[in-house]
Amino acid sequence: MSFIEAKNVYYRYPQAEKDALCGVSFAVEKGEYLAVIGHNGSGKSTLARLLNGLLQPTEGEIAVDGISSADKSRLFELRRRVGVVFQNPDNQLIASVVEDDVAFGPENIGLKREEIKERIDFALAAVGMEEYRKAMPSRLSGGQKQRVAIAGVLAIRPDVLVLDESTAMLDPRGRREVTDVVKKLNRENGMTVLAVTHYMDEVCDADRVLVLSDGAAVMEGTPREIFSQKEKLQKYELDVPVPMRIAELLKEGGMPLKEIFTKEELGEELCRLLRKI
Amino acid sequence: MQIVAENLSHVYSPKSKFAVAALKNVSLTIEEGEFFGIIGHTGSGKSTFIQHLNGLIRADKGSKKLTVGEFDLLDKECDFKKLRSKVGMVFQYPEYQLFADTVAADVAFGLKNFENPNEAETAARVKEALETVGLDYEEVKDKSPFDLSGGQKRRAAIAGVIVTKPEILVLDEPVAGLDPKGKTEFFRLLHALHGGFVKTIVIVSHDMDNVAEHCTRAAVFDKGEIYRVAPPKELFRDAAALTAMGLDVPVTGYLAAQLKAAGVFVDTDFTVADFAEKTLEKWRERQ
Repeated sequence: MSFIEAKNVYYRYPQAEKDALCGVSFAVEKGEYLAVIGHNGSGKSTLARLLNGLLQPTEGEIAVDGISSADKSRLFELRRRVGVVFQNPDNQLIASVVEDDVAFGPENIGLKREEIKERIDFALAAVGMEEYRKAMPSRLSGGQKQRVAIAGVLAIRPDVLVLDESTAMLDPRGRREVTDVVKKLNRENGMTVLAVTHYMDEVCDADRVLVLSDGAAVMEGTPREIFSQKEKLQKYELDVPVPMRIAELLKEGGMPLKEIFTKEELGEELCRLLRKI
Repeated sequence: MQIVAENLSHVYSPKSKFAVAALKNVSLTIEEGEFFGIIGHTGSGKSTFIQHLNGLIRADKGSKKLTVGEFDLLDKECDFKKLRSKVGMVFQYPEYQLFADTVAADVAFGLKNFENPNEAETAARVKEALETVGLDYEEVKDKSPFDLSGGQKRRAAIAGVIVTKPEILVLDEPVAGLDPKGKTEFFRLLHALHGGFVKTIVIVSHDMDNVAEHCTRAAVFDKGEIYRVAPPKELFRDAAALTAMGLDVPVTGYLAAQLKAAGVFVDTDFTVADFAEKTLEKWRERQ
């Protein structure tokens, strides 16, 4: 059995006329980084909320490490193991000092004082915010706030980090801060990551991509596999990253480019082909 | 209407220990007809600047000049109400600002406040505004704005701004949170508006690919000052300076910089189509 397993999951919001998710199945292995993309209203955020039981499937089952979200007796444990960071940095911090905010989770699970202190140290170091432990969240930038929100989640030592468009409201610098932290947690600490995003370049960091459209899982594969199917993506109202669009125009014009994926790769290819001899 | 700022300054919470100089001696002229970009990272003064344009924030006393067309915003007698009907302001995530019971009532709100036309005229103007942004009047008018989809909500919010027929439209991060198709459609809408009653568009954006693709000129704000005002073609040639400021460059700007370092100068305006064309020219020259 996979670490995260969704089997034929349906969800319909109360009073809604149609399903937000209709029969989605997917699996994520421990330590994997899965990106979830899809047009506005495709069901991405609903999926994120089902993972830790904030919402319950109307049909089907979703389980993390064998804990089904429908098992009410283990809901607390599920939430300890699946940490969710949402979109708006201003809606997620509740304390007036950074370290108190990070302590909120550990205090709620009833840890001892010493242990809480250790967890705060660990979590703030993991997101590079040690210097700000006494700072007021209201005086931080968007990227810093989101890093504190991630620290608050890390302090309860979850197995899975779920990001629901956590970079959407940030500027490029803030986005980089957050994506770097997430990448590091995944690569160095083996954190399982499920990231919902609209930014095609963030998708490139993932091991695998799940594409949702109108509540159904319509594509799945490595970023390279997904982005090599431009027409299919456009059918689902998505697009390939800009470097790939440029490469396609150049190829149409006759340049013998290798398969490229990132702007760095395209830059190297162009220099190789055009450099003066 | 031309926008002229000369030595514009603004300090938040002056005289307190939290005083922040958000704008320092900013001078900038935006001509009628431009599709103008404002870039700079968080805290650079972008939002403070645009909020001056319809008097939501008043310039500090030491400022030399701030005019929008015939409106002198430094003059105590300035008719700000009239100004605000001429300078439409669309904030970030405008869909969070919808509030009325029906879409029609929400869109009519600004119009009633500014002009208060009779019912028939109001309905006609609301219909026109909704159709301009691509929403079906009959379908949405009696719906609660909260029952619309995300993209529709944003369009409805913009209908509520353009219903007064502003000549200048200022938008703060207008495509944040939209999916790729939503972004493309949104820019199509802006270009369709531009050249109608909307003469000038000013957008604040972090997305340099969008600035390269759509703007006639852009101003780079840094620490409350203007670092540079130039067309994208000149601005993004200086990729290193922008990166040093913590800003992105468009993908085309990155590629042009890499090529330049390898001794190849691609003379592009940094739109994707033009970059591809000019790069292909270089390639053919080499063959």
